[in-house]
Amino acid sequence: MLEGAPEVSRVFLPRVALQRLLDALAGSGFRCVGPRLKEGVIVYEALTETVALPQGVHDRQAPGECRVEEISSPRQFAWANGPQALKPFLFAPREVLWRVVRDAEGRLAFREVQPDVKPIAVIGVRACDLAALALQDKHFLGGEYPDPAYAKRRENLFIVAVHCSHPAATCFCVSTGDGPRATHGFDIALSELDDGFVAEAGSVRGKVLLDALGCSAAAAEQIAQAEDEIAHAARAQSRRLPGRNLRDALFANLEHPRWEEVAERCLSCGNCTSVCPTCFCSSESEQPSLDGGDAEHSREWDSCFTRGHSYIHGVVVRSDSRTRYRQWLTHKLGSWHEQYGRSGCVGCGRCVTWCPTGIDITEEATAICGGAPL
Amino acid sequence: MNPHLPWEAEVVERIQESPTIFTLRLRLVDEEARKAYRFAPGQFNMVYLYGAGEVPISIASDPQDTNLLGHTIRAVGRVTEGLSRLATGERLGLRGPYGRGWPLAEAEGKDIVVVTGGLGCAPVVGVINYIIMRRERFGRLTVIQGVKHAEELIWRERYAYWNTLPDTQVLLAADHGGPLWPWHVGLVTEVFDQMEIAPERTVAMMCGPEGMMRAAVRNLTERGLAEDSIYLSMERNMQCAIGQCGHCQFGASFICRQGPVFAYFRIKELLGVRGF
Repeated sequence: MLEGAPEVSRVFLPRVALQRLLDALAGSGFRCVGPRLKEGVIVYEALTETVALPQGVHDRQAPGECRVEEISSPRQFAWANGPQALKPFLFAPREVLWRVVRDAEGRLAFREVQPDVKPIAVIGVRACDLAALALQDKHFLGGEYPDPAYAKRRENLFIVAVHCSHPAATCFCVSTGDGPRATHGFDIALSELDDGFVAEAGSVRGKVLLDALGCSAAAAEQIAQAEDEIAHAARAQSRRLPGRNLRDALFANLEHPRWEEVAERCLSCGNCTSVCPTCFCSSESEQPSLDGGDAEHSREWDSCFTRGHSYIHGVVVRSDSRTRYRQWLTHKLGSWHEQYGRSGCVGCGRCVTWCPTGIDITEEATAICGGAPL
Repeated sequence: MNPHLPWEAEVVERIQESPTIFTLRLRLVDEEARKAYRFAPGQFNMVYLYGAGEVPISIASDPQDTNLLGHTIRAVGRVTEGLSRLATGERLGLRGPYGRGWPLAEAEGKDIVVVTGGLGCAPVVGVINYIIMRRERFGRLTVIQGVKHAEELIWRERYAYWNTLPDTQVLLAADHGGPLWPWHVGLVTEVFDQMEIAPERTVAMMCGPEGMMRAAVRNLTERGLAEDSIYLSMERNMQCAIGQCGHCQFGASFICRQGPVFAYFRIKELLGVRGF
């Protein structure tokens, strides 16, 4: 919410005016990125024309399944979420950390590599992903060694959120307390109606941009409908975690037979960690040049489901899927509370949808924690 | 400043300690970095081998001398085997120090028990030397070390020397001794009976295989040592050493930041649980 504002003033943005918002962002130096339908899924890609938005498209998600279908609707945000979150825009899937040059005498010169960062405006960010962004901020910026590349990208990010009105069957942001309404961390937030958007500013620069579009105040019935749709999206969610803080319940059940049972279904593929908007693990590697004169030192996303993740002088600490799944879940829903003051799960449901065998985190947590009350 | 960026360092001396263990004494090339460098026993550096990568190595030398940083390393993987082939004068990368070291300020005036096992002696040899060099600041020193085979023990003459010092007791055990092994043959926990301990004024520091450390903790707590007087140095895979890569997490602890040295009560919940 805008600091110091007595109440958030909401304006109505006719659907055609969304293009003016994109143009204004581009005019302010931002490269716009937004949802596009590509090869059957909704992904974030460069967006200059609103006609490229996934209009009349709905996604049907279930454990291990995601299908998009056409619906008869003028809406461009009538879907829940694609596999990406904001994570790849800030925590790069792969990037060079530094470079080293070796001269003829074997002396080494270490050189910083400046990330090539351009201002980006992301259109259509959901509440769950804003919650995940706040968590990644804590991890990458909150410690003694803030990550310079993440920090630079973060400073150059503009966020246009869209309150969620069409949650998928896999969504459970209500039970984690992170949605469907975007409450913080955005510059502008939109509620989509059939003929346009109810828009509110969440930052000074968002307000400046919105004001410049010259839209009129939203009508009471437009605001009421927007609120209704958010409330409906909350009620429509059927999945839930058995509690907000499962730390003690999980660590009291480290030998629960369910770990063995879920391991028989888990392929240790790491899809869940790739699509998870809060997973932060990375590994480092070295790429020496062919002539031996220099080398690049990179990091890329890693997963606690890989063998290498727990390798230490000849021993793999987590050699089976049971201990890897247990590491992931006890960290995500347990240790995060001690590390960052809350659960590492924002209820986006991606790990459920994109698991090739349809393992459902809410079901596993409930089985292991025995349905502790919310 | 990019926290991932190493400094250049030079191998000033290389010592072969055993067929697989070697010590590199390293000097930071940049004078300003060298002058600013400070560390505490128990902390570690990320040591970088050109073209191969980085490994976390504990600093075995005395913190008073930051010109030459001692790293005792076992050649076991791709990077450490490459490091073992470096010669005097060759260059590598170094960044650090990282983590929390041994509780030496709290331990001053107290009796110290140091327990190590297997090849895990390098992180505690630093602390033993530290105490020996400042002997008057500490009470009784007991050094307990277990190895599988007698010939695996490195720095054997140092243990023999320490044992001649006043108020210092060395207790060694090898599962398999040998003709010239003057110490105990059997489990390391069997020599605990020979130790004289005043639990209320003793701090224990240990490092080595986790099974050995758990057995040692059991033994020491049965003798009345408080759980918050027992410190363990932990190891896990480490990529970044600055709390970001996620590899070294042990429950909620990042070993690179909250460790590698932990008070026992902070990690006892998961110590010995396979898979953490």
